Amino acid sequence: MVAAPSPMGAPDASGRFGSFGGRFVPESLVPACMELETAFSEAWADAAFRARLSSLLASYAGRPTPITECPRLSAELGLDIVLKREDLAHTGSHKINNVLGQALLAERMGKRRLIAETGAGQHGVATATAAAYFGMQCAVFMGEVDVERQALNVFRMQLLGATVHPVRSGSRTLKDAVNEALRDWVASVETTHYCIGSVMGPHPYPFLVRELQRVVGDEAREQYRERYEGADPDVVVACVGGGSNAAGTFAGFAETAARLVGVEAAGGSAVGHGVPGIVHGMRSLFLQDEEGQVLEAESISAGLDYPGIGPEHAHLAELGRASYEAVGDAEVLAAFQVLARTEGILPALEPAHALAWVIRAARDKTLAPGTKVLLTMSGRGDKDVAQVKEMLA
Amino acid sequence: MSVQVPHNDAPVRTVGRLESALRAQRAAGRKLLVPYVTGGLGADWVDIVRALAVAGADGIEVGIPFSDPVMDGEVIQAASQRALTQGATPRSVLSGIASAEVDTPIAVMTYYNLIARAGDKRMAAELARSGVAAAILPDLPLEEAGPWCAEADAAGIETVMLAAPTTPDARLARLAERGRGFLYAVGLLGVTGERSQLAESALAIARRCKQVTDLPVLVGVGVSNASQAKAICEVADGVVIGSALVRRILEGAGPDGAGEFIAELRQALDT
Ligand SMILES: Cc1ncc(COP(=O)(O)O)c(C=O)c1O
Repeated sequence: MVAAPSPMGAPDASGRFGSFGGRFVPESLVPACMELETAFSEAWADAAFRARLSSLLASYAGRPTPITECPRLSAELGLDIVLKREDLAHTGSHKINNVLGQALLAERMGKRRLIAETGAGQHGVATATAAAYFGMQCAVFMGEVDVERQALNVFRMQLLGATVHPVRSGSRTLKDAVNEALRDWVASVETTHYCIGSVMGPHPYPFLVRELQRVVGDEAREQYRERYEGADPDVVVACVGGGSNAAGTFAGFAETAARLVGVEAAGGSAVGHGVPGIVHGMRSLFLQDEEGQVLEAESISAGLDYPGIGPEHAHLAELGRASYEAVGDAEVLAAFQVLARTEGILPALEPAHALAWVIRAARDKTLAPGTKVLLTMSGRGDKDVAQVKEMLA
Repeated sequence: MSVQVPHNDAPVRTVGRLESALRAQRAAGRKLLVPYVTGGLGADWVDIVRALAVAGADGIEVGIPFSDPVMDGEVIQAASQRALTQGATPRSVLSGIASAEVDTPIAVMTYYNLIARAGDKRMAAELARSGVAAAILPDLPLEEAGPWCAEADAAGIETVMLAAPTTPDARLARLAERGRGFLYAVGLLGVTGERSQLAESALAIARRCKQVTDLPVLVGVGVSNASQAKAICEVADGVVIGSALVRRILEGAGPDGAGEFIAELRQALDT
């Protein structure tokens, strides 16, 4: 008998998860993507590389991050909620896991310049941090709208020695930042590594970023089992922009019985309202019009303000192994405050989406009382405090 | 997914309208000139296409504007954005092309999502019906091009492949084999846009392409004026002129100004 393939295995040789993924990039970038694919598969099989990354994650990024029980929130919702605390990782979000791995790969490939797109600025900050640590150059592309609403992170990146390029084209948010980073890479590919911030883009990025983020899910599963006598949570929830914290989390639980739920911003719900298309190097689900012009997402959360989703999520949705929900800005603001008040944790607006869905599902009994929920707290809310203050005024 | 490359016993590849036109001009000793315009840009864009034909273009590239043009620099981004704001759609651009009624073969240049959304087969048929000869899709590399190329071949649409300075020699040969119409040699590492100097890489990639193929080799991206075009044609069979023309159109050159600019290049290449 052949064992059923894991729902979150490696993509096929063309970089596809089911029918999603692939490598749709200008010819100039094809050799660089192939080089990265080879470098990653060699590095990932190299015990010395893995050991170096693990040691960096421990001594520099502060891993393992803990899991935290939420007694007061759980009592209020009638659920049993545990958080995986990526907000406690260095730089304040899960983005550091991916970036340290990619910086090591860049070093291995002899590339001394990192470029990145960023929405909320967390991935930009993480990339700028890794560049500082490794003594590399760093340029970050960020939509003008996000430069304004995440001003604190822009300053952080500058303090870390990065150049921040405001992007004025299109919707002036994450989608356009990716376009501009790709344009830079087309010109700089011989010396520069594009450090993509989520499980998106051309092969091998969606796979590579998921593997670098699976530490979140693998740790959480073991920590949960240790704490709860070998049990797994009933439901595992994470927010989805491009989908990296969710993919990393899900990878640790794909082979358990846990129900997997990804939560998108209602204004950027690629699974809910997207159709298959080819944008940013990948075949996936995108918000687009009848002709194939990409639509602008709209969300209070700069990190989820993206009209697409990583290809593996499109595949998991099609398989039915994960389901995807959408929440609106008002619910998110409420969730943000609830967590602060009940547990003393200020979440980033992105994972506040995951919590907003849990709150809704508790109220409408989609989640039965007593359901054991593991939620990935992908980042801390410091960057969002000023914006929340304005919205609550 | 692998791409079918013809073997020795494969049927003879058919030579389409664009490729035969370019080969004929080359055989007559002429350097090839292919200007690019953004479809749907301004009310008079179809007149601009006609003016380019009259000015001596050997082929004309018409861009179908896309919301996220990652291979394009500021000028063509601005042109695409303006055309989209003015209501350009793939359908409106194709009907404009059909209405132009020029003999010069036309290639559309666009991004693959606009084709994938309609479906490969349907779009290939629509291109053929609109009188389009060829398609240039800068985000559809060789490994992903199979399904589209099959439909395009069947509909008689020539798929132009792009070669870049980073393309290794062995891969260049495969691109040339799959390519129809001409081989588009990207002259530099970078997006479209004018450059004050011709990049060294332009001559190098042109030379490398010429070594692996008998297809006409045209250099595009960063070829900005008559003297650069002339210099590159010492090696290449011709040039694609994009941003330099589109900038003039954005500045209000109109059909007359666009035609004059291309006539000037034509003359430089012919003397
Ligand atoms: C804290 C946090 N969570 C989530 C995201 C969304 O990214 P992803 O879906 O890749 O995890 C971001 C992006 O900026 C973020 O900063």
